[in-house]
Amino acid sequence: MALLAGERKSPVIHQRGADEISSAKRRSRIGYLLILPGFIFLLLFFVLPVFSLLATSLYTKPPGADIGQFAPALQFSNYTDVLSGYWPEFLRSFGFALVATVAALLIGYPMAYLVAVRLRGHALLQGILLVLIIAPFFTSFILRTQAWKQILADEGPVVAVLRAVSLLPPDGRLTATAFAVVCGLTYNFLPFMTLPIYANLERLDTRLIEAGNDLYASPATTFRTVTLPLSMPGVIAGTLLTFIPAAGDYINSALLGNNQDTTMIGQVIDSLFFRVVDYPGASALSFVLMLAILFLVILYVRRFGTKEIL
Amino acid sequence: MSAGTAGSALLRQVLGRWLIPLIGGMAFLFLLVPIAYVFAFSFNDAGRTNLTWRGFTLDNWRNPCGAPAVCESLANSLQIGATATVLATILGTAIAIGLVRYRFRFNATANMLIFLPLATPEVVLGASLLAQFLNVGAELGMGTIIIAHTMFCISFVVVTVKARVASLDPQLEQAAADLYATPFQAFWRVTFPLLLPGIVAAALLAFAISFDDFIITNFNSGSADTFPKFVYVAATRGIPAQANVIGSAMFIIALLIVIGGQILAARRAKLLAAL
Repeated sequence: MALLAGERKSPVIHQRGADEISSAKRRSRIGYLLILPGFIFLLLFFVLPVFSLLATSLYTKPPGADIGQFAPALQFSNYTDVLSGYWPEFLRSFGFALVATVAALLIGYPMAYLVAVRLRGHALLQGILLVLIIAPFFTSFILRTQAWKQILADEGPVVAVLRAVSLLPPDGRLTATAFAVVCGLTYNFLPFMTLPIYANLERLDTRLIEAGNDLYASPATTFRTVTLPLSMPGVIAGTLLTFIPAAGDYINSALLGNNQDTTMIGQVIDSLFFRVVDYPGASALSFVLMLAILFLVILYVRRFGTKEIL
Repeated sequence: MSAGTAGSALLRQVLGRWLIPLIGGMAFLFLLVPIAYVFAFSFNDAGRTNLTWRGFTLDNWRNPCGAPAVCESLANSLQIGATATVLATILGTAIAIGLVRYRFRFNATANMLIFLPLATPEVVLGASLLAQFLNVGAELGMGTIIIAHTMFCISFVVVTVKARVASLDPQLEQAAADLYATPFQAFWRVTFPLLLPGIVAAALLAFAISFDDFIITNFNSGSADTFPKFVYVAATRGIPAQANVIGSAMFIIALLIVIGGQILAARRAKLLAAL
């Protein structure tokens, strides 16, 4: 080794060092070439549309205009109108999403731990279970949610059993309840919780757990002081990827809830856009939803302080 | 030591060993129950509405396109999924390599631009794209769906591939350069093969998310139907059993392709190890 290190001091190497600097400069141009196409795409079809949404949210309906005809304006009352009309749906969406995220974490963490840590070394079984987490996407989540609706229906098997063992009153039901909607949200976004935690736990050094055991820590203490803190980046990514889509979702509340007490904000936005044809109102609600979620996400990431979030 | 504490220690040991497999196993069951239901009802002699079990038949599987428009919507979904996956995988992989390997003056902004679409609910992404398309007077259809899907898949690709790029040793490329490889050769013959598993995983994820998307599609599809949109519209008057056939078949095909790929990869690894 020392010999090699000695050789590196030759002038030829200095020459190479100079080459490296110039090649690093050329490479930085390659860097821009790499990221530019994708970023132009995102600017055109993500950033610009968000500004379009903001502009539309301030449009006004000129007197006597046709349905769907709006004029550019700065009508800030659109915001106060929709907020005073729909704040209960807002709060409900965040409440449902929060409960579903906690439930998905309680189910998804053991799932990820089982595959990533307990089954380490069984590559094929790990692979099959991982595929089983993603493969439900291919059945279509609307088909699966509809299946839940039929499984939990009043005349379905689950309600019959629960009524028979008196866990549910004789006229009790599961569909069209907040419980059903939250279960549906938990179910649908479980893969988004499990995969990031898996990706994190997969790299967990299990010798650290052994060390905890060797130092007479109970498995619970080892988990609390070693495994969990190390897997926090995965937990944060998973909770974000579950909470954000769950808060905006409306399929579960449409199929499994479908009554006044379970309406979520996504349903309101959809119906303002397509049934009421109130583009400014729908845009204003969408924009507030985006800002509210961003605010919560920033608070959350600050609180749990990981810099590398995803 | 009393019998009680010994008993509780035993209980704790059993719990410690079996609690995780128990919960994890039940979670997988939870994930698969509705798929089993969809699969079972694909054999239902359903008639118009597939709500109650009316008897076993293979007719739906013999004639999966029997219900009007179901196969057209599937073809649309496959076309959209494939196009959006290719576009998002190329654009996203390039961004991931660029962001990990090179320094930019606007690094923080760049990372933010990748993170924001993930932090925005689908309904907002769909609504803002629709507002944009309405404002410029674009015609909604397959093209706008593909644009929308590519847009939200890019971030997922970047995040997945970035993890893989970050775990690569940059000295490998330097080693290739020391062996007189051009930067292009070093990338193509060293870096790219090492990134490939991450790229494949990202593409699979992108395709799965695109294939299963309803909300963004619903906002930007106009009169074009995708498979999830077909199912959602059909849900009000009864989903035909053929939709169950297609859902089940896609699940099984995806499973077979990925497991087949894994067995092949495992065999190749064994061969390499034997060498």
